Amino acid sequence: MKTYLLYRDRDADWDEALPVNAEDLVADLGLATLIAAMAGGDKMIHSIATKTLLKRSQDIDTILYRQAILRDSLTHPAVVRVLYDLAGEAIENESRNFWGLRTRSAAPILRRSTSVMQMFLEVLRKMRAIAENDATGFESEGFSRFFEMLRSELDDDYLREVYSRLRAVEFRRGMLMTARLGRGNHGTDYVLRNFDRPPRSWFERFFAPREPGHTYQLHPRDESGARALSELADRGVNLVADALAQSCDHILAFFKALRAELAFYVGCINLHERLEAKGEPTCFPVPHEPNAGVHQFSGLYDASLALSISKRVVGNDADARGKMMLIITGANQGGKSTLLRSLGIAQMMMECGMFAAADAFRSSLCNGLFTHYKREEDAEMESGKFDEELRRMSALADHLVPGALVLFNESFAATNDREGSEIARQIAEALADAGVRLAFVTHLYEFAHRIWEERRTQALFLRADRRDDGQRTFRLREGEPLPTSYGEDIYRRVFGSEAPGSVRS
Amino acid sequence: MTFQSILFGSADTRVVEPADDPPFFSDLNLDQVADVIFAGRESYDLRPFFRIPLREVDEIAYRHEVLRDLEHEQIFAAISGFEESMRIIKDALTATAKLYYSHERERWILDAAIRYCESVDLLSRALNGLPIASRGLAALRDYLANYERSAEFRTLQDDIASLREKLAAISYALLIDGDRFTVRDPEGEDDLVVAIHETFARFRQGATKSYLLTFQERLGMNHIDAKVLEFVALLHPEAFAELDRFAEAHAAFIDPAIERFDREVQFYLACFEYAKTFESAGLSMCFPRVTSGKAVSAEDTFDVALAHRLIETHGNVVCNDFALRGPERVFVVSGPNQGGKTTFARTFGQLQYLAALGCRVAGRSVTTFLFDAIFTHFEHQEDPSALRGKLEDDILRIHEILERATTDSIIVLNEIFASTTVRDASVLGRRIMDRILALDALCVCVTFIDELSALSEKTVSMVSLVDPANPDVRTYKVARKKADGLAYAVSLAEKYSLTYDRLTRRLDGRRQS
Repeated sequence: MKTYLLYRDRDADWDEALPVNAEDLVADLGLATLIAAMAGGDKMIHSIATKTLLKRSQDIDTILYRQAILRDSLTHPAVVRVLYDLAGEAIENESRNFWGLRTRSAAPILRRSTSVMQMFLEVLRKMRAIAENDATGFESEGFSRFFEMLRSELDDDYLREVYSRLRAVEFRRGMLMTARLGRGNHGTDYVLRNFDRPPRSWFERFFAPREPGHTYQLHPRDESGARALSELADRGVNLVADALAQSCDHILAFFKALRAELAFYVGCINLHERLEAKGEPTCFPVPHEPNAGVHQFSGLYDASLALSISKRVVGNDADARGKMMLIITGANQGGKSTLLRSLGIAQMMMECGMFAAADAFRSSLCNGLFTHYKREEDAEMESGKFDEELRRMSALADHLVPGALVLFNESFAATNDREGSEIARQIAEALADAGVRLAFVTHLYEFAHRIWEERRTQALFLRADRRDDGQRTFRLREGEPLPTSYGEDIYRRVFGSEAPGSVRS
Repeated sequence: MTFQSILFGSADTRVVEPADDPPFFSDLNLDQVADVIFAGRESYDLRPFFRIPLREVDEIAYRHEVLRDLEHEQIFAAISGFEESMRIIKDALTATAKLYYSHERERWILDAAIRYCESVDLLSRALNGLPIASRGLAALRDYLANYERSAEFRTLQDDIASLREKLAAISYALLIDGDRFTVRDPEGEDDLVVAIHETFARFRQGATKSYLLTFQERLGMNHIDAKVLEFVALLHPEAFAELDRFAEAHAAFIDPAIERFDREVQFYLACFEYAKTFESAGLSMCFPRVTSGKAVSAEDTFDVALAHRLIETHGNVVCNDFALRGPERVFVVSGPNQGGKTTFARTFGQLQYLAALGCRVAGRSVTTFLFDAIFTHFEHQEDPSALRGKLEDDILRIHEILERATTDSIIVLNEIFASTTVRDASVLGRRIMDRILALDALCVCVTFIDELSALSEKTVSMVSLVDPANPDVRTYKVARKKADGLAYAVSLAEKYSLTYDRLTRRLDGRRQS
């Protein structure tokens, strides 16, 4: 029995290492807020949402497979949550049913396994009931298969068989083993035998032939004999305890896989409900093959930002089809960084099969998403900020392949404009020519300007504007980079409306 | 060719095994060497062999041949595999001899005999297919072939085969019900564990851990185990009667010549492993040329006792060369203390002795002398209760050595007469040296009296060296060099800024201040 709710034909590997830059992504894109909204206080969902988002991109088939399951989940949130809770309960109950460390005897293992197995069977029965009563209306391939599996694998005949096994290991009529003579003629190769002697009345026993073979009856005071006999019996109990405990582990693994996979969808339900409550739009994004050069969106907004402010957020539109570079310039606090984040977040949400925070979003999958953000200056760092930036860039370049996407936020600005521009230009052009997509938020006018002059066809230029009164719109529009970032506007707002001249003095 | 001993090639092989280490062992640290070589092999009692230096070149060649054969990977594997088996067999027989229940004890004899026959056969076949060059192992190979054809061995094998088959065929059913149990023949009941696994197979998600407890295999049975076995014996009376007969007929199944080989070959394995520890540390080991001439020499040789300790602590082992040519007989070693003089003396003595055991020795291109005896005189702790003074004791002991030493002896003297005045020591040393030179014996003499090194054409001066650039670092190198006693003093003066130039400048500085 396989859950297969994240992949059509395989289990998710939760131990798989996350990309090396996972921590940077969380910090730079502000994913913590998003993930917390998905988790809604549930640690399991938090962990699974983090891993699912941060993993490298899934293929298009898997993304569409998950989107279908997610659509079902958004239509039937209650059923999905009940299943998630049932799996969780089974797992919790199992771990509560604790045993002492390193038992020397097999009997406790058997007792525990029997009781855990009975508890598991109850949960499985409930799941089967859901599959029988509440599964109508689920249309996705994943859920249809899953519910059909529950119905057919856990039918009445099967459950009867399971209960008969549990009865057999109670050994009410004695335990039968076979063995051979091993070293020193000690018994070896013990095999426990299915021994179903029908109960007999005293009357039948009276006339029945004697049990064949040789029988020994312990003396009631033979305590060491009793101990030795129970040690001998332990050989058999050990075998059956092992078989049953392993079976429990298999079922436990099934519940764990189910809980983890459903955690993702419950997380999506949670997030969706939050955004819906604010009236923010969501859409199922359209994934394209890597290197297909697709990047097109409308009403794209930063989901994390939307979750942290009460106002509606501003969405952006752009059509960067065929463009390797997205150069974002313009007014300070004009929404440039927000756009960059929303690009990254939407890309990640799409690549793991989630909905996206936009009216519409379509994009090529990327072979790795990277961020290169300005870092806070480290007091202990002697090497200097610009040096640090380049070192980080170099480390990042070790992981870049064609089809990757790099988000730059005010990179290489820790030096004068000319030098920074030259470095930025060389890096950006080299990446673009190597097939690496990039989005670059920059104040480096010379850099942006030269790309505009020399590489206009390869790049899309977005500009954060201000209205003539200096107010930000937070909406970016296509436009040629301008030589000022309107820093004075901010200065004025902070210092009041003095004339620029008097500020300078 | 009959096979008697893998250690001694000559026909007369009744060897007297000395019970105690000779006195020079502790001076040369050969006692430590023996401890290390035979560590883990105490049950074979190999140390007596270490006390028997060989007196014939051919006896040494006999051992070299065996050691060279052991260099062959497969020959070594065959021998050490056999030894491992023999050890297990002997341990098992010892451990099970006192078991209370005969059905158990007798089965152990059978199991040991099975392993014995297999091991003998395995060794015999391995030796037949391998390029044996040594007289010793060739004789063993022929002996084993004959032994395997003997009526005694064949009977043993036939009895094993018959009994083994009967016991292997036994399968019994044990029904435990409360405080009673029944032993009977199985009736084809299903395997319950298989049934359980089948029932739950559909949930299988991947590998799971095992919950199987490991049951301690143990010697000896409790009375319940024994009762079960007794019932099994009742169900299979012929097999168990045959087991009784087997145990009686084959109580002592190990052949005496094989038993002797089993012990003696351990000497080679021990030496082999010992040499390997040095080689894997990058040091050279070689088969020495053992001669009756006195032109002994060695390159890159070292004190094995010291080197073994240094390898364990990852220290640096210093190697030395030496050679006596023509009329030269005596190394006179002088130089700074802690500079490796005593180590050199020990190295020389160890080398001669270990070569006479037929071992591989430390170094390259080693030529040693086939001595009749080794005498050593190392400075001993003064015994406060002795009536004699230390000087007197020194003289008495050296006298005793010179009384017993012959022209074929080796004498190692370390720091003689250190407890008297330089003048006394010089005079006495000269006298002793004259006696040794007259004897024409091989000798190493460690001394602080430089002039002993230039007494005659028979003496060779060896000096422990220091690094001229860094005089407080001992190199532990001892080289053939005129003893002048100067270079070291000069370098020490440099170090403490007491040379003329330095001291002048220092004084200059003070004058200015």
